[in-house]
Amino acid sequence: MSQPSASTSPVTSETHSASATKTPAELKQIAAQVRRDIVRMVHGVSSGHPGGSLGCADLLVALYFRVMKHDPAFAMNGEGEDLFFLSNGHISPVWYSVLARSGYFPVSELGTFRKLNSRVQGHPATEEGLPGIRIASGSLGQGLSVAIGAAQAKKLNGDDRQVYVLMGDGELEEGQVWEAAMYAPHHKVDNLIALVDRNGQQIDGPTDAIMNLGNLRAKFEAFGWKVLETDGNDLEKLVPTLEEARQLSGQGLPIMILMDTQMGYGVDYMMGSHKWHGTAPNDEQLELALQQLLVDQQSDY
Amino acid sequence: MKEFPYSESKDTRSGFGAGLHELGKSNPNVVALTADLTGSLKMDAFKKDFPERFFQVGIAEANMMGIAAGLTIGGKIPFTGTFANFSTGRVYDQIRQSIAYSGKNVKICASHAGVTLGEDGATHQILEDLGMMKMLPHMTVINPCDFNQTKAATIAIADYEGPVYLRFGRPVVPNFTPADQQFEIGKAVVLNEGADVSIFATGHLVWKAILAGKILAEKGIDAEIINIHTIKPFDEEAVLASVRKTRCAVSAEEHQMNGGLGDSVAQLLAREEPLPLEMVAVNDSFGESGTPDQLMEKYGLMENDIVAAVEKVLARKRK
Ligand SMILES: Cc1ncc(C[n+]2csc(CCOP(=O)(O)OP(=O)(O)O)c2C)c(N)n1
Ligand SMILES: [Mg+2]
Repeated sequence: MSQPSASTSPVTSETHSASATKTPAELKQIAAQVRRDIVRMVHGVSSGHPGGSLGCADLLVALYFRVMKHDPAFAMNGEGEDLFFLSNGHISPVWYSVLARSGYFPVSELGTFRKLNSRVQGHPATEEGLPGIRIASGSLGQGLSVAIGAAQAKKLNGDDRQVYVLMGDGELEEGQVWEAAMYAPHHKVDNLIALVDRNGQQIDGPTDAIMNLGNLRAKFEAFGWKVLETDGNDLEKLVPTLEEARQLSGQGLPIMILMDTQMGYGVDYMMGSHKWHGTAPNDEQLELALQQLLVDQQSDY
Repeated sequence: MKEFPYSESKDTRSGFGAGLHELGKSNPNVVALTADLTGSLKMDAFKKDFPERFFQVGIAEANMMGIAAGLTIGGKIPFTGTFANFSTGRVYDQIRQSIAYSGKNVKICASHAGVTLGEDGATHQILEDLGMMKMLPHMTVINPCDFNQTKAATIAIADYEGPVYLRFGRPVVPNFTPADQQFEIGKAVVLNEGADVSIFATGHLVWKAILAGKILAEKGIDAEIINIHTIKPFDEEAVLASVRKTRCAVSAEEHQMNGGLGDSVAQLLAREEPLPLEMVAVNDSFGESGTPDQLMEKYGLMENDIVAAVEKVLARKRK
């Protein structure tokens, strides 16, 4: 992965306040550090899901370091803040890294991922009280409904911020997603920005082979959504799309962003197949990955 | 045996509807959701007076549970309303992950539980709901006995922070508990003190237990009758205090024996006070079509069945 030359300070919870406006070059640096965290976290416990996590690193960095208004002094109700829900909870490493690096909890805690007595559970959970997490996810297909409820509560409260939710593309095979897809336009939930990680992969193979998702734009448009498409691994395209989505909110329609990504993005041997959906790299593979994930000032936990 | 006078009989689901409507007036954070069963759940009054806080979800119960969980994040207190079957078995994983494990303040309100749903038959007659719900960590499980108690329970659970399963039904039963009662979650109610046997009943089987108590009194048997309106947290103290006096017990419920009230009593007795117990419950079978009365009879849930269970347990106690 090519590295931008712009110099940035180390990515730590102390140096990245959520509200500071970051340039694409700065965001890329942060994303690279997040990707280093992801491969190190799953390597550390020889388990977890690097593929989708790497593919969505740019999105989560863009949301937490540029687009969303949010406060790392975490409050469950998120009043006056934008909320983010991760429906495809298996890509928890990317969320944990981004939360830690935007100040929700110490970056060092990433080292406890999937270990006993940790707040950093295999899949996102509220049970242990990890700041930044508002609901458990892992069993797929539930997050869009939850985000709709949170968005409707915001409307009842006269809170004009947005609710974001990310789903996997394979996850769209769950029926509940389509119950929610039908509900949101009917109830004019227009403070909702849903995203699909369209990497074309799931556990057993390419989505085309497992369960063809067909024309997702046409499907969501037919359900009454405003649909945008973007490249989820190109911050120069992704950030403007996220900003466009915010502009379009509040106009009566829920917004869907179909985001094309590559599973495993940033680590060459993890890209191009479903193989790295849920496999951790060994020592050698980790070294190889870290050589490709360079940052100007590395700040590994 | 005490008398339990009442002036009318009513369905417990109407108690829920009345309680929900009161909450609409008294608590602006209470919101209600239904999956195309507004009328069956008696939610019409709430819908009419608080339309901006009423969400029609359509026939999509999984989505309803997720939306309810999401609404709590903004401080709302969602009451979901559908049949007991579609409130539990249909959406177990949604409840498990998005509500129970996530500790969300959702009130899952379930009508038409058990065989007394009647003619629709076994597809709709869930007899496993209490068991499924009580197995979930963080879940409170409530099964009140009449209209007044269901209304009081509905109002009380809004003030309790945490997930609740509230079960009620369609049968019209004597409305004998006080209209002004304070519903205390987790607190069993001793209806009749007695020395010979403890009868622990839940839901509308509490009235059957009272009828059985009268028959038993005529036979010279002095039954203690206790209303277990909260299945979880289970009032172990009240159950133990009673059996330590009577030395035997009968449980009565419109539910499977596996996982129900009797199962909770049995676990407690086995651990603390191994005394004979008989269970009046459905024994590992689905229901079927019929009138509620016919089904109560066929599945052994009548006062006579409680009387027979008492006689059996008394014989075991004497041995
Ligand atoms: C309800 C449910 N069924 C099955 C699984 C197991 N599972 C975890 S991830 C996954 C594949 C998800 O595919 P996708 O949403 O495309 O995510 P990606 O593989 O691209 O990260 C499956 C089947 C699950 N977590 N939840
Ligand atoms: Mg995928």
